[in-house]
Amino acid sequence: MCDQTFLVNVFGSCDKCFKQRALRPVFKKSQQLSYCSTCAEIMATEGLHENETLASLKSEAEKVQKKKAKRHCFVLHQVAERVEALGQFVMKTRRTLKGHGNKVLCMDWCKDKRRIVSSSQVCHEHAVTMPCTWVMACAYAPSGCAIACGGLDNKCSVYPLTFDKNENMAAKKKSVAMHTNYLSACSFTNSDMQILTASGDGTCALWDVESGQLLQSFHGHGADVLCLDLAPSETGNTFVSGGCDKKAMVWDMRSGQCVQAFETHESDINSVRYYPSGDAFASGSDDATCRLYDLRADREVAIYSKESIIFGASSVDFSLSGRLLFAGYNDYTINVWDVLKGSRVSILFGHENRVSTLRVSPDGTAFCSGSWDHTLRVRGMVFCFPVCERREDG
Amino acid sequence: MAAGPAPPPGRLRAQMPHLRKMERVVVSMQDPDQGVKMRSQRLLVTVIPHAVTGSDVVQWLAQKFCVSEEEALHLGAVLVQHGYIYPLRDPRSLMLRPDETPYRFQVRLGGAAIYLAKKNIRKRGTLVDYEKDCYDRLHKKINHAWDLVLMQAREQLRAAKQRRKGDRLVIACQEQTYWLVNRPPPRAPNVLEQGPGRGSCAASRVLMTKSADFYKREIEYFRKALGRTRVKSSICLEAYLSFCGQRGPHDPLVSGCLPSNPWISDDDAYWVMNAPTVAAPTKLRVERWGFSFRELLEDPVGRAHFMDFLGKEFSGENLSFWEACEELRYGAQAQVPTLVDAVYEQFLAPGAARWVNIDSRTMEQTLEGLHQPHRYVLDDAQLHIYMLMKKDSYPRFLKSDMYKGLLAEAGIPLETKRRVFPFMWRPRHSSPSPALLPTPVEPTAACGLGGGDGVA
Repeated sequence: MCDQTFLVNVFGSCDKCFKQRALRPVFKKSQQLSYCSTCAEIMATEGLHENETLASLKSEAEKVQKKKAKRHCFVLHQVAERVEALGQFVMKTRRTLKGHGNKVLCMDWCKDKRRIVSSSQVCHEHAVTMPCTWVMACAYAPSGCAIACGGLDNKCSVYPLTFDKNENMAAKKKSVAMHTNYLSACSFTNSDMQILTASGDGTCALWDVESGQLLQSFHGHGADVLCLDLAPSETGNTFVSGGCDKKAMVWDMRSGQCVQAFETHESDINSVRYYPSGDAFASGSDDATCRLYDLRADREVAIYSKESIIFGASSVDFSLSGRLLFAGYNDYTINVWDVLKGSRVSILFGHENRVSTLRVSPDGTAFCSGSWDHTLRVRGMVFCFPVCERREDG
Repeated sequence: MAAGPAPPPGRLRAQMPHLRKMERVVVSMQDPDQGVKMRSQRLLVTVIPHAVTGSDVVQWLAQKFCVSEEEALHLGAVLVQHGYIYPLRDPRSLMLRPDETPYRFQVRLGGAAIYLAKKNIRKRGTLVDYEKDCYDRLHKKINHAWDLVLMQAREQLRAAKQRRKGDRLVIACQEQTYWLVNRPPPRAPNVLEQGPGRGSCAASRVLMTKSADFYKREIEYFRKALGRTRVKSSICLEAYLSFCGQRGPHDPLVSGCLPSNPWISDDDAYWVMNAPTVAAPTKLRVERWGFSFRELLEDPVGRAHFMDFLGKEFSGENLSFWEACEELRYGAQAQVPTLVDAVYEQFLAPGAARWVNIDSRTMEQTLEGLHQPHRYVLDDAQLHIYMLMKKDSYPRFLKSDMYKGLLAEAGIPLETKRRVFPFMWRPRHSSPSPALLPTPVEPTAACGLGGGDGVA
């Protein structure tokens, strides 16, 4: 049977003319109003100058956009042909963490390279039980003395870590961020005192931890924002976010403006991660591909996909040198990509449900994947067969 | 009989691209020429037509996608778990066995088509007008699968008439699979389960009214994008090659690490040798300071040596100033006025103890901005000093005897000798949590305002 979508007709009083009509939602300066169709049409033509019509503006916008897209370019794997191929890796699971009684949704490494914070449907880290059911984001503070997490409660809360058995961790909790929809990602900046959040309400925001004050908000995504990553830049303050609108956007933290946007994915972007040099970032999407976007060239330079990979990539991360890209997928596997050549180096099995989160440790010695099968696995490279016989593996 | 997984509520099928892709794979598997070999499978005493064996499925997938058998088996298993292929033996477990176990394909698009086809066959072309339209449209839509639809229709009609054992078995397996996929038993993983609903944000289901405003913003955005200085592609791409080439030996997941990877060998030596503040940094680490100014500053040991070097050149205040600015940028909001004042007193005021040499224009603008202090008020000055260090002091540092000496002194750890008895169990000790360690005097490594040049 074919699927049907239904158009919901809301009937009521138009916000402009106040007549009782069938209403359409419209956006005016990011505020949602309900207009009848007549008023909506009038609004659409507001602000036009003498010679302009909507059609002419639209065609001009398209022309300029085409010009931008036309810049002809190479892709990475063409240039990388002369690079020596990687050998064959043997990665083994060295730790399997089974503490969660439920789906693992998110994890982060501590800067001490050994500790991990992870969140699940019911958060049990340090015996803190969160009031909401899905804790979709968590992050370790740079000092290692606090963690932040949040999810369906629309908030991001910071918990100072304590090992005093008499202390009730939940009591010390500080509610920092407030969104109008679920929290999908959070990250501390260079210190324990600022947090960057991404939300299902379509915005990102920067918060002061101590006061809970909103320092800056970032509007521009047309749908839920699902992920973010801070740039490892030496001077600027930028970060990248990815959303359900298939766009990846780079923001200036100081001004709140979007400085660059990339829209080549065919479905929701689940994960974004900067390349170690900070000049590019990778994204993983429900369209089963990962892509590399170069910030200086302002375009996509590589796409990591294979016909046999059908399920979306939920989480991506680079190895220390940026040569390897690890991606966790919803078909329970992890694919390891050669970033330069665009080929898949290895496929790792082991999880029994979708891989929801994946991070390389801060010193690059291992990577950890968390899954809906209630476990976290830390894997390291045991062996690397040198290239003597190359397998035809895509 | 509806086949395949029904989409869970709250998520349109359009939003699940993997289902469409699986369908395409399954359809191509059923192609009469290129698809998996179909034959009549013998199941005990019954003969089931149009079935495939598990091993044939695996072989076909491995060949079609050029992947290993392990991966083909995994892919096939996923198809079974989603109900696109159902087992004829032991239907209670949705597994793909790479042997002679028989399987069949669900006809995903069947529903309406099968119903109409049955009606057509039964009543010999007496479909009413709209039914005929529907029938034709469906025929066009699933042309390649039409034979299968007809086959299924005929079989269902026959089954209804005769209720033969083979048909009953097939139908039972189909139904079993359907329920296992759509209503999994409590402990079994539910392949259809999705995370919390997305697109619940109002913006996603609303078509933004494309007003003049919208287009003007678009035009402005694209014009800005066109005008932006773009680096030539070839340069950008080459940069990846050189970055990866330079960092490769430093990447434990690519090149391993000495003496051994602590996760693999359970030996902490690597971590001890590479602790944030260690008296004798390894050779690789000292080399990294030469890769970029950022690498040098990010390493506490590197930064300390650089500070010493600057001290010898009487420009240590530059680094201290930079550190103070970092502290301001990433500090608590309530601290901003205090920190700005402190920086001004120490570094910017005329006659200040550690006055930094900024060009007059930047200094003027900065001092002007100090009347209304905010966390970014020192950005320009900070950038100026940063660039000064990067372009001037840093290259000199790399050429200095001090750095060369450090490089020469730094050692390469020996690879840990392999243990004779590899199964010896080594007790694993928890590392002390940073939360337990005495809190450092200053957050991170910024200590520009504490006076002195040393790092805590």
